[in-house]
Amino acid sequence: MPINTVGRFEVKYLQVVSEEGILDSALAPALSDTEIRKFYEAIILARTFNGRALSLQREGRIGTYASILGQEGSQVGSALALAKDDWVFPSFRETAVFLSLGYPLHLMIRYWMGDERGMKVPEGVNIFPMSVPVGTQIPHAAGAAMAMRIRGDKRAAAVYFGDGGSSRGDFHEALNIAGVFRAPVIFLCQNNQWAISVPRSKQTRAGTIAQRAIGYGIEGLQVDGNDVIAVYKAMKDALERAKAGDGPTLIECVTYRLDDHTTADDASRYRASEEVESWKKKEPLIRLRLLMEKKGILAKDYEDSVLKEAEAAVDRAVQEAEAMAAPDPADILNYTNAALTGRQKKEMKDLGWRK
Amino acid sequence: MAKTNIVQAINQALTEEMERDKDVVILGEDVGRDGGVFRVTEGLLDKFGPDRVMDTPLAELGILGAAVGMAAYGLKPVVEIQFMGFIYSALEQVFSHAARVRARSRGRFGCQLVVRTPYGIGIKAPELHSESAEALFCHMPGVKVVVPSTPLNAKGLMLSAIRDPDPVIFLEPSRLYRAVKSELSEGGAAMPLGKADIYQEGKDITVVAWGTMLHRAAEASEGFDCEIIDLMTLKPFDEEAILASVKKTGRLVVVHEATRMCGLGAEIAAFAAEEAMMHLKSPVIRVAGPDAVTPMARLEDAYMPDAARIKRAYETVMEY
Ligand SMILES: Cc1ncc(C[n+]2csc(CCOP(=O)(O)OP(=O)(O)O)c2C)c(N)n1
Ligand SMILES: [Mg+2]
Repeated sequence: MPINTVGRFEVKYLQVVSEEGILDSALAPALSDTEIRKFYEAIILARTFNGRALSLQREGRIGTYASILGQEGSQVGSALALAKDDWVFPSFRETAVFLSLGYPLHLMIRYWMGDERGMKVPEGVNIFPMSVPVGTQIPHAAGAAMAMRIRGDKRAAAVYFGDGGSSRGDFHEALNIAGVFRAPVIFLCQNNQWAISVPRSKQTRAGTIAQRAIGYGIEGLQVDGNDVIAVYKAMKDALERAKAGDGPTLIECVTYRLDDHTTADDASRYRASEEVESWKKKEPLIRLRLLMEKKGILAKDYEDSVLKEAEAAVDRAVQEAEAMAAPDPADILNYTNAALTGRQKKEMKDLGWRK
Repeated sequence: MAKTNIVQAINQALTEEMERDKDVVILGEDVGRDGGVFRVTEGLLDKFGPDRVMDTPLAELGILGAAVGMAAYGLKPVVEIQFMGFIYSALEQVFSHAARVRARSRGRFGCQLVVRTPYGIGIKAPELHSESAEALFCHMPGVKVVVPSTPLNAKGLMLSAIRDPDPVIFLEPSRLYRAVKSELSEGGAAMPLGKADIYQEGKDITVVAWGTMLHRAAEASEGFDCEIIDLMTLKPFDEEAILASVKKTGRLVVVHEATRMCGLGAEIAAFAAEEAMMHLKSPVIRVAGPDAVTPMARLEDAYMPDAARIKRAYETVMEY
């Protein structure tokens, strides 16, 4: 009996702007100069914030911090594709997503100071608090998307996680359940090549993370995560499909973590500086700048004013964050349940936290 | 002799036991090249190679499930979970398998493995890096639970944990990793599981504590005549040591940082009530965390039992 082939699959890779800054006009989404500038402004703001956070950490003014340097293209491109009423489920390395969606900068700083109030997401902003246990937020997005379908809302959920996160059962169960229910959810994996000291090649024998979508019968593609325009396009297309009832998409953004895992890590213990240097040449801002120069929309005074504004915004945020009163210990108990239990009331009194 | 901290002491225990017994293997996230985020497994990959020191994918359930299979086959895996707050997805493997294989197979299979994990509050780390969920494991039949408090007992207990035929959850107080030092000799002796240490002798108050809180309880004891018991093995805990001490002092204070609600202090207090009621001159008092989510850095000092709270407990039992 002949052995039949019952399935044949391929994995697509999307790049819109080449490393030389040349835009593929056949693939490029329709974007005005103003929209392209928005990407630039968001990347500069995120990078300015990130740099300041790292120095605040060195000065002992905030706690351990996870740098996003090098990942701004993936984060900004995907975040700016979202509609205001879409929902986002972030991990802890999503600073540029938060800021691109208008998250108050001073709250972000407060969070990294070790203050829960920093994750009190303002009303009207649909970002779930960042998830510290890796990958555990992935099913939440599937569920939120299922809820959107049940309610008949034309919205989508987006969840962010890393290459390491794709090894967790949560990832696989979430893709599967979302596929079964055709949930309007985008699984956005930032493959930054490392999970602390473990390289991408040791997370899975599979050649790409994108191909894992195939096993769950959902769309999946790989994108140049350092090409903000490509990420934007992949996300826009995926959102459109999701909202049209065509189910979830897994987007693997191929990018690189240029800094240590966190300020508590020393990446020189486990990776070669040549590797880091080679990725530095491909980082997303270089690419976007090349494109903008070619388009003639990166004048010196524009550049200066964007940077100045970003610095001023971060300065104000640091001041505001540091001016906030210390958190109230009573809040440790106040927010554990909707209302204090009898036991908690007693503990509140015993601890002297009741004013 | 050079002074050793807890990180180095556990590293020594792992090294010596891996040299002695080729069935001992290590697996976990970042345990190889990076030597673990706290450096507990530093140098072991170079010494023993990638078959015995395995950097795994980021998958706690997979790691623990694989360890159960390795143990079934005869290896003695020592699993590292990077922080206790990340063990929860693997609980099914611990509770439904590691803890029950022996009972399920009526002794045909056991599950000789150790799960090491940094535990407890006090290093100003991000959320879920400060859990003290020891009571979950103490509650589960079939597993043993150990918490060291000094380099000396960390090494001795780790040696015994690896040799123990049952699964052992080995909780390493991250606040103490580099804060407590002792002189250690190579080839130091294993310390039996299930035996407490009288950390400080006294005659008025029996204080039971472990890990970070042992040191807090001792600091707070100035001005009181406390007998401080370092429990070390939380399960099975040393009933005899507690009983003997309570019969002598007639007062019992248990200090732990985990939430009081259904914490191990409840079991110890109930044990004292059942076995030593007639000897007690005062109710048993627990100093513990409130029934609340462990806070992040800014509020962790407020949450942790401090010397003042512990002293108040000592005063209360003395004045009763
Ligand atoms: C469940 C869980 N296990 C372990 C950790 C410790 N940890 C924090 S980040 C990290 C690596 C994550 O790698 P990846 O998913 O690729 O994300 P990246 O850090 O590269 O953004 C690890 C092991 C954790 N936070 N949660
Ligand atoms: Mg990664």
